[in-house]
This record gives sequence, C-alpha cells and structure tokens, in this order.
Amino acid sequence: MEIKNEDYYISYNSETTTINCEGALRLGGITEYVPIVDLFNQVLNTEPTLITFDIRQLQFLNSSGINVLSKFVIKVRQKKNVQMLVQGSKQIPWQGKSLKNLKRLMPSLQLEWM
Amino acid sequence: MTKIFGNFIEKPDEKEGYLVLGFAPNSIPIRQRWRNNGLSADFLADYIISFFPQSKDDLDIVNKHHEIRGTVSYIANELLENAMKFCNINSPFPVSIQLQLYNDNIKIFVTNSMLEQSVTEFQTYIQKLLNSDTQKLYISQLEYNAEHENNTNSGLGLLTMINDYMADISWKFEIDNQEIIVTTTVQFSI
Repeated sequence: MEIKNEDYYISYNSETTTINCEGALRLGGITEYVPIVDLFNQVLNTEPTLITFDIRQLQFLNSSGINVLSKFVIKVRQKKNVQMLVQGSKQIPWQGKSLKNLKRLMPSLQLEWM
Repeated sequence: MTKIFGNFIEKPDEKEGYLVLGFAPNSIPIRQRWRNNGLSADFLADYIISFFPQSKDDLDIVNKHHEIRGTVSYIANELLENAMKFCNINSPFPVSIQLQLYNDNIKIFVTNSMLEQSVTEFQTYIQKLLNSDTQKLYISQLEYNAEHENNTNSGLGLLTMINDYMADISWKFEIDNQEIIVTTTVQFSI
C-alpha cells in the first residue's frame, strides 16, 4: 500500500507492520486527508500486534495532519490488542514540539527518537 | 466598531523594515492556491533566518536556525490556511501576512476579510481560547474530533501555536469600507 505525490510519500510494509510517512503533509482539511486515513484504517483493520509509525522523514505536518495522526492514535488505543511505536526525529522542529501530545492520548504509546 | 481580544499589538510603523506578502482571495480558487500557503510560509522562514548570525560549524547557531525556521514555517502556514479558509472570497480585500523581527521576538500579522455570519462564532471561540486551560482544551478537542468524523475543522491550529510553540496570540476586528476585517497577531520569543 502506498500513496505518492510530489510533496509526500506514504507506504505500509506488512512484513514489518510499519507505516512510513515522508515529505510535507499540508493538505487542505479533513476531506483531502481521506485517502491517507483510509490507508491507516486498512492497516489497523488487519490488527497487527504492533504498528510502527516511522515519521523520521516527515518534514512538515499541518494541524489538519496532526488531527489525522491523533485520531489514528485514539483508534489504536480503542483496539486494546494493538500497540503503537512512533519513530520521530528531534532534528525536525514540529516533531520535537508536538509529538509528545500523542502520549497524552495513549500513555502506552512508545515514542522513539532517532 | 473595533474589538480587541488578547494583548493586541498594532502593526509597527512603516518606517521600520518589514516583509509583507499579499494575496487576492478572489483571483483563483482556494484549492489551487492551497499549496501556495506552504511555499509562502517556507519563504518567510528562510528569509528571516538570513538576519541571524550564520555558521555551518557552530552547533548552537545551526540548532537555533532550525528552531526558528520550523516555528515561523508552522505558524505562518497555519495562519495563512485559516485566512484562506475563513476570508470572504467575494471581497476585494487582500489577505496579507507581515513578518517583523525584533531583538527578542518575532511577530507575524495576518489580515483578512471575514463573512459577517462567521464573526460571532469565531469571537466565541477566541474567548474560549483565552479563558481556558489550553492543554486540557487541546486533548478534549482531539477526543471530540475522534468521535465526530464529519467535523471538518480540526480546531487545532491556534491551540498548537499556543501550547507547542508558546505563542501569544491576539486579534483585532474592525470595519473597513463596510467589510469586517480581522488582524491576527502572533508573537513568540526567540
């Protein structure tokens, strides 16, 4: 599964159960994020034990994108049998500032700085 | 009828140097213009960095650039997205974003027209922002958004600026030529 355009690249590796997001996600509101939300939900529906979210190369994410990511975390939390690991980079300013909020939504979420 | 919310700071005297970008909301459809928000925000961020000491070897300077660039880019993009979403597209009044660098802070001013029917709702939301624990409000907004799939506005832009970027935000509503004009000022320390 992958979504690609000139600004961003999103893919899912089912062997490592890793969602990878790269580039700049600054789409115009919830409706434009629908294909991405669908990909995330497809992954969650397979109920892997662990979903790794690799965003080390995601340079920009607007507040609509933060909303999408947060809503996904809440959905994972509701599943109870699925754990989540977010791999971020302190070199990317928005991640250093905003990723900590995900743990407030799901305390068992693992946040790994690489 | 001028109405102020927060500790509003007026745009500085024109004799001071500043950078301003202007957009005509009715020139091209919002969807076609959307990518321009990010490009403009990145441009403003790169531009402001040129006023800071330059060094490729001093890690403190490199990190400082990174931090300021990221903050300006995020905040300018969110403000432009809001202005484009909520301005009156039938108005000839331009959307403008102005950037001003001071010794210890950066100020960003965004001015846009607004539809009369949206003003009360927006002012109520501003009052809520100014009078709430914004950390709690952020989490409750996310939980609300998760339960209401059809809610089209995340309501997170201003909240992330306040909580994650320590931004001080204020607003001025005024009438200009029978148009409602709102100026949003965001200030953050550097």
